[in-house]
Amino acid sequence: MRQPLAQSLGAAVQLSGRETRSLAIAALIFVAVALVPLISSGYLLSIATSILFYTALATSWTLFSGPTNYISLATAAFFGIGMYVVAWGIELMPYPLLILLAALAGAALAVVVGLATLRVSGVYFVIFSLGLAELVRQIMTWLQHVLGTLSGLYVLIDRTEEEYYWQLLALTAVIFLIGWWIGRSRLGFALRIIGNDEVVAVHSGINTARAKVILFVISSTFAAVTGALAAPRWSYVEPTVAFSPFLSFQVVIMALLGGVHRLWGPLLGVIPFTLLWELISANFPAQTTLLLGATFLLIVYLIPNGVVGLLEDALRQRRRLLQSAGGLLARGGGASGPVKSLLARWRSRNA
Amino acid sequence: MDIIIIGLLLGGTYALMAMGLQLQYGVARIMNLANGEMLIAGAFGTFWFFTASQASPFYAIIGIVPFAFVVNWAIYRILIVPLVRRARSQGQLEVDCILGTFGLSFILVGILLAIFGGQYLSYSYLARPIFILGEPYGLNRVAAFLGSAALCAGLYGWLHHTRAGLSLRAVSVNPAAASLVSINVVRTSALAFALGGAVTAAGGALLSMFLTFDASLGVVFTLKALIIVILGGVSDIRGTIIAAFILGLAETTVATLVDPGLTLAAAYVLFMIILLVRPEGLFGRRSS
Repeated sequence: MRQPLAQSLGAAVQLSGRETRSLAIAALIFVAVALVPLISSGYLLSIATSILFYTALATSWTLFSGPTNYISLATAAFFGIGMYVVAWGIELMPYPLLILLAALAGAALAVVVGLATLRVSGVYFVIFSLGLAELVRQIMTWLQHVLGTLSGLYVLIDRTEEEYYWQLLALTAVIFLIGWWIGRSRLGFALRIIGNDEVVAVHSGINTARAKVILFVISSTFAAVTGALAAPRWSYVEPTVAFSPFLSFQVVIMALLGGVHRLWGPLLGVIPFTLLWELISANFPAQTTLLLGATFLLIVYLIPNGVVGLLEDALRQRRRLLQSAGGLLARGGGASGPVKSLLARWRSRNA
Repeated sequence: MDIIIIGLLLGGTYALMAMGLQLQYGVARIMNLANGEMLIAGAFGTFWFFTASQASPFYAIIGIVPFAFVVNWAIYRILIVPLVRRARSQGQLEVDCILGTFGLSFILVGILLAIFGGQYLSYSYLARPIFILGEPYGLNRVAAFLGSAALCAGLYGWLHHTRAGLSLRAVSVNPAAASLVSINVVRTSALAFALGGAVTAAGGALLSMFLTFDASLGVVFTLKALIIVILGGVSDIRGTIIAAFILGLAETTVATLVDPGLTLAAAYVLFMIILLVRPEGLFGRRSS
């Protein structure tokens, strides 16, 4: 028994040359991004922080919803839970412990939701997730009412902008590493099959419910941790803010804009969207909901596969063009007069 | 006793909005997450009509129904049909519909915010007590219930005693087979979707008589309507009506005994029970 386990572990960390290269590039980018606060502390840092914040949320959303096609509309529920755990405990416990507790609370909620909805297929999960943030908000408000605490809570700790930025960066790196690891594990493979055809997955002996629940728990835990990290930055936590449906919506938009079938896809959506969002909220503060909805529809209708899909289409087209051009060159002998001279010129220039 | 009567009155009013969603989801097979926003739009329209004219909100329904019908017809034609054409499978269509109507719901909220602002609205119509079995109840609740019952009965009769209603039911049972007996499925689905939207908006007009509402409340009603439709078994309109009463009772029980702020929790508890015990709903057929 011990032997195959060791072997499979070995296989899991054995990297191909291409993977080693991607990892090295990712590590370089990580270091470069980590240096941002040393260069700038003002506006640039705040934009970079927003980008990291949404990257963490959108990427963890994609971990589950990308391969399975189960659209989760409940990011705000988990995010808010994480925030509330910190807000409630900040007077009693040290902050790092609270982050751990927030992760546990998010995971616990995800287990309950997952076990209830993911055993039956598809659409029930979406419906359940649609109202989940509102449900948790109602329960929180009620609990505060019963316990007699104020509805708004202050989270005041000593933490600089730079520290917040690095915490978010570390979280994002962990999400990417876990996502990468899932992608090459049996679990990731099972999820891709589920996303393609759940019936096939069941018939090939995959425990679909278990795979879905595990991934949903991982994804939601990260959303809760993001909430825990964000709590001190917002400093005043209130149910309507913590469980805002806007957040769930933004996360879905960004992930879709980027593309959900690659781990780094959401990143390509987060960057343009964060910049666009800055523009919208600065210039049309009253119409944000309307403009957000319109942007979302444009994305769903015009770029269903996201920026990644556009890029891959463009690459494929370029390759095809190059191939057909290569074919023409090879068959140069059969071409007519003007084409022949053109080809000759081309060859001499490339020679 | 209080709980039962208020619950039944509320459930009867819910029945209308749930029938609207049932037409959209059960017949046209479009998962419409913007359904609740249509309901809130109906409520806002009634509010605007009532405060402007002081005439009975029931007259507002006469205007709201055709307007919502046209709007929903346009939504189906412009937004949904391209998705139906593009979809390679039912699953793909479902995902696209969820995303498309989810975006639409935010657009509708944005439009309502732009016109009416973000504050809570309510108006006072028939706010006097009526005595049933010696206990006082709001006359507006009773009026809304009666209006809903009349509209539900009309819709039920139309579905079961006209040719158009028959073709709607045929599409609900099996779209592929319906097209074999020369029913134009796309047209019928558009009709069902538009009618569903109109019925939902009428439900909103009735609910506005006794509820306080604001632009962001739509999602709650979408959820309630969805839970009712699923509880009733998606393709069965009798199930929808019975489920609406169950939800009305459950909500009123929680609101009276625990806390009025927890109405959604009641709906979720019901939802959990359906999922765990009978995912196909009360009147649904178990898929193999």
